[in-house]
Amino acid sequence: MVQLLLGWFDLQLIFTILTDGLIYGSYLFIVAVGMTVIFGVQRVLNVTHGSFYAFGAYLAAYLGGIWYEHELPDFGGFVIIFLAAIVVGVFFGILIERGLLKHLYGKDEHIVVLATFAAFLALEGIGLFIWGTDPYFFYQPQMMLGFVEILGMTYDYYNLSLIVLALIISLSIWYFLSRTIWGRLLQAVIFDREVSQAMGVNVTAVFLGTFILGTTLGALSGAAIAPTISVLPGIGVEVVVLAFAVVVIGGMGSIPGALIGSVLVGVVRAAAIHEFPQAEMFVIYAIMAIVLVFRPEGLFAPPAVRKI
Amino acid sequence: MAQASTTLGLMFILTKLTVVSTMYLLFIQEDKNMKHRVLRLVAVGVAAVLTTFGVAVGNAVAKDKMVIAVPTFLTGGGAPAFGVPARNGTELIIQAINKGQVPAPYNTKGIAGAQVEAIIYDESGGGAKQVTEYRNKVQKLGVDMFAGFVSSGTCAAITPVAEELKTLTVYATCGTPRVFEELDKNPKYVFRTMSHATADGVALAHYVASKYPSANGYTGINQNYAWGQDSWRDFDLAMKVLAPNIKGSDKGQWPKIFAGRYGAEISALLKSPEDLVHTSFWGGDLEAFIFQGLARGLFKKKTFLMSVAGTAAYRLGKKLPAGIVLGSRGPYGIYANQLTDTPMVKWFNNAYVNRYGTQPTQPSYQYAQAILGAKFAYEKAAAANSGKWPSTDQVIAALEGATFQGVATEVRMARSNGHQGVTDHAWGVASFDKELGLPVVSEVMHFKGDCIMPPDGMDSVTWLKGGMKGAKCD
Repeated sequence: MVQLLLGWFDLQLIFTILTDGLIYGSYLFIVAVGMTVIFGVQRVLNVTHGSFYAFGAYLAAYLGGIWYEHELPDFGGFVIIFLAAIVVGVFFGILIERGLLKHLYGKDEHIVVLATFAAFLALEGIGLFIWGTDPYFFYQPQMMLGFVEILGMTYDYYNLSLIVLALIISLSIWYFLSRTIWGRLLQAVIFDREVSQAMGVNVTAVFLGTFILGTTLGALSGAAIAPTISVLPGIGVEVVVLAFAVVVIGGMGSIPGALIGSVLVGVVRAAAIHEFPQAEMFVIYAIMAIVLVFRPEGLFAPPAVRKI
Repeated sequence: MAQASTTLGLMFILTKLTVVSTMYLLFIQEDKNMKHRVLRLVAVGVAAVLTTFGVAVGNAVAKDKMVIAVPTFLTGGGAPAFGVPARNGTELIIQAINKGQVPAPYNTKGIAGAQVEAIIYDESGGGAKQVTEYRNKVQKLGVDMFAGFVSSGTCAAITPVAEELKTLTVYATCGTPRVFEELDKNPKYVFRTMSHATADGVALAHYVASKYPSANGYTGINQNYAWGQDSWRDFDLAMKVLAPNIKGSDKGQWPKIFAGRYGAEISALLKSPEDLVHTSFWGGDLEAFIFQGLARGLFKKKTFLMSVAGTAAYRLGKKLPAGIVLGSRGPYGIYANQLTDTPMVKWFNNAYVNRYGTQPTQPSYQYAQAILGAKFAYEKAAAANSGKWPSTDQVIAALEGATFQGVATEVRMARSNGHQGVTDHAWGVASFDKELGLPVVSEVMHFKGDCIMPPDGMDSVTWLKGGMKGAKCD
């Protein structure tokens, strides 16, 4: 019976779809989690997330290029990825939150979206001014790790390591939110900003810290993906759309939702690529549409509490 | 340019004055004397004729400056692979034309005596934005002509507007055959100075039939939009004619443009049984795909047929996978740099490398080719016009059906009533030459334009499906 079932299913195909789906899902999660964190705490749908991704990728590729040009030790590329994420995250986190968003808290959400969209366009121009139109390559970290053959299919270690990175990020955020005092303060602010403020929580500092965290995660996603792509103008645009789709599917502001939504999209998309390649573009947005029809708040977002 | 604008403005004002005066004299002024009215009308008529004549005389004198609008991608994903090399090629050729430094037959200063000013602007933003840009350049700036356009989508949007505004427009790079096969079957103002995309697919099918006759099949990965779909369709149809024993897969991959991540697609390609993989990827998508494929050993397991890999060859350097079949949409870029030994190519290559510190690629050659086409046409028309500045109609007549020398190849305007160029093509296998420090091509095959382009008056798909009758491949 088992043999019959095994004969029925193409085990290699199933394994390949699951692995491809997990890798792509991890990429989506790493890209989307920063946007989710910011929305969850600050109720800001942050379009500038695409810029943080792009600046993270550019800075990592730029520094990586210099590093490898001088034939410095290979592992330095991995340090550069995290360094670039932190530098971009802290700088733009403070700049955008203090320079733009603090003036918009309490305003209509549409205005906030438009303001971040304007900032996104401005940052695209600034990126072009700083880095120019030439592509930057930072392939060394991906190439140096090599590849492994599993069930007749080759996978490179670098892309497999994205699954580990996504797990580390999700576990870290879970631990931070549920096991630390700062995380509990954050949850209190998420639950009720006014009451938290009345109880002495420094909401301004919480907002700034959260925004820097989200910005750093956005920059980390760009820096981590940079070794697998050609870093060039416009890379942030596609990412905003994808991140938004994942955030909507999982539930606006829900980190478990972003994780499950990413994996769901990744696996369904991988299945489409292997069996119905023409449907690849369609499936992500089909899932989004179905979720919006049956659960408008997303898969994991709690029903919104209406204050009276 | 300023002179032309002033003349046009004066003509506009005088025409208005003439019309208003005529209306006043005929219908408004209270003069019952019919004789007076007729005399006044004759006077106005004479004035109108003199005005028109004066304008005609003004048009016929030599011009000291002409303006060419040059659209190309200066921002976004198309900029590094196409836009910037195209801009560089344009700047180089126009500066050289103005100084009279281009080798013969283009070694006279300017175009028909006029110094050339290029307005190089961004092609990004989609068809609607580009139509607005086009109208602005014509109606507000009064440019003499357009030369450029990379994207097939932009060309499709611009074609009817160019005809409507009666503005000479020479497409330099965009590949879709639909321009003259569907959108503008009777063109007047629109030209294209290189072969269209069907030539790429047919030449590649010839190459595969010749070099890989025992391949067990081919599959593909192409961006899911007009360029990717047309490229696959033409190659697939040509393969059915030229190598029917090599079967195509019906599970080709269709990622969206600028997707950037191709892990699952690479798995599917690794699992596919076919030896050959066709792709028309370009720009950042092509480079990302190559990095991700290299990391998984993809290029050691499959032979890739890459129709625009020439745009990335020099940027990738030693990371360009050895053994790929590399296309450059004609004998441009790497093929010209390495294999063409004419004074024109030598000059262009040296001047480009000295100025920009890198090798010219296909868009550099193609844009320079379009500008040379304009110089050829204006000067031919001016010569036929006793050396006076020619009208647009005279320039069009000069370019229709003409043959002129581009930078890398001869261009015959031999299709679509003389508006579609026909050029030779080349395909070969890429590798990295450590001594030169550059990518090179080997096992190169050249194809005549009449072998790989549909005959005049026939659309590409009909020709391919009908067995490519009339192709002259001797």
